[in-house]
Amino acid sequence: MTTHDITVEVNGVAYDRTVPPRLLLSDFLRHELHLTGTHVGCEHGVCGACTVQLDGDGVRSCLLFAVQVDGCAIKTVEGLASGPELHPLQAAFSGAHALQCGFCTPGFLMAIDSMLDELSAMNEAEIREALSGNICRCTGYQGIVEAVQATVAGDKHDGR
Amino acid sequence: MKPPDFDYVAPTSVDDAIKALGSDAEAKVLAGGQSLIPLLAFRLAGPSLLVDLARVDGLDHITDEGDRLVIGAMTRQRRAERDPVVAERCPLLVESLRHVGHPQIRSRGTIGGSVAHADPAAELPAVVLALGGRVHVTGHSGDRTIEAEDLFQGFLSTSIEDGEILTAVEVPASGPRTGWSVVEIARRPGDYALCGALCQLQLDDAGAVVDAHLALIGVGDRPMRAHAVEAAVLGGASPVEAATLAPDGLSPGSDVHASSDYRLHLATVTSRRALTQALESAA
Repeated sequence: MTTHDITVEVNGVAYDRTVPPRLLLSDFLRHELHLTGTHVGCEHGVCGACTVQLDGDGVRSCLLFAVQVDGCAIKTVEGLASGPELHPLQAAFSGAHALQCGFCTPGFLMAIDSMLDELSAMNEAEIREALSGNICRCTGYQGIVEAVQATVAGDKHDGR
Repeated sequence: MKPPDFDYVAPTSVDDAIKALGSDAEAKVLAGGQSLIPLLAFRLAGPSLLVDLARVDGLDHITDEGDRLVIGAMTRQRRAERDPVVAERCPLLVESLRHVGHPQIRSRGTIGGSVAHADPAAELPAVVLALGGRVHVTGHSGDRTIEAEDLFQGFLSTSIEDGEILTAVEVPASGPRTGWSVVEIARRPGDYALCGALCQLQLDDAGAVVDAHLALIGVGDRPMRAHAVEAAVLGGASPVEAATLAPDGLSPGSDVHASSDYRLHLATVTSRRALTQALESAA
């Protein structure tokens, strides 16, 4: 089968690679670029663990081929914080105990970060609906919702 | 869960896309991929060539044509969901889009892709059917339109021919005093519904129903329009009375999620709720 030359900007860095069409964006990020912060759970678009941002929109990287994002800008969890300081959303997750095992966390962070403006106008029920595309098996979601509310309210979380 | 091998092209014009599609008997169109890529991952589909429409010019638009709303096939669901023109001209579509998958799915999923995929439990085919819309397709032998009632032929099956591409979806614009509702029963939010009802009603100045649209999902091999319920509502029947006709002509299958009888029960329940809510929002 044919291969394709693509140029993709990931977290502000341009990468030129040659990819087979069947290569999923999730595998491209993890195996080609070694950005293993993007986690792969169900690999068929149900769990949300692999969520990244494509030109600012939250998308499932297991439901995209790398060849489709030629010329696009991707942001992964590695690009969320600038420098050693946690991004405010990450700090809020830490403060609200919004993670236990952490497997789903990168997907939640990238989904939430892509929707922060909308989330800031939502009540708790609407926030839960907006986050329904991401599954967490540890936390029961309470801490995650609290972290979202703290972030959009601008609260600084330093732990409880 | 890795897709099988295939070739890939990303044409930039409809003509080139049709040529590519015609070059390979096993070619498939790739729109948003949010249904197709899972099918590939499960190896339920094995096309030798994917023709990606994402870079084709002219397929991403929302056009207000007065009495009709025309939406380009590659318009992302998330864009349509947030678009003020769609909200004003076809609020049932916006409400339906909120039930499609999850936000991340709708970022990539397209209006045309969902309609062409023709899942019997999906919302967008049912919207087009309920409203009496149609689709525009283009192929080697030219352009044609297909009325929604002729479009859906069975499970994941439409009357769009091999080598043809769906280019736009068209729905009538809603008039004054219009109410709408989408009611679904699903195991989890965002899952495909066990059964759902999509309803749009229009009232006259006296409050009588003068236009009624109701489609059901999850109760057959395609979205089903509930003509008997619509006629009853137009004849002055209450939502409770009219909804008892919802199971007429339906013979849903049984599976691990719900028996046929339960789905028929849900057809009545979701129809009653959707009619009631649509009436309330129109009043």
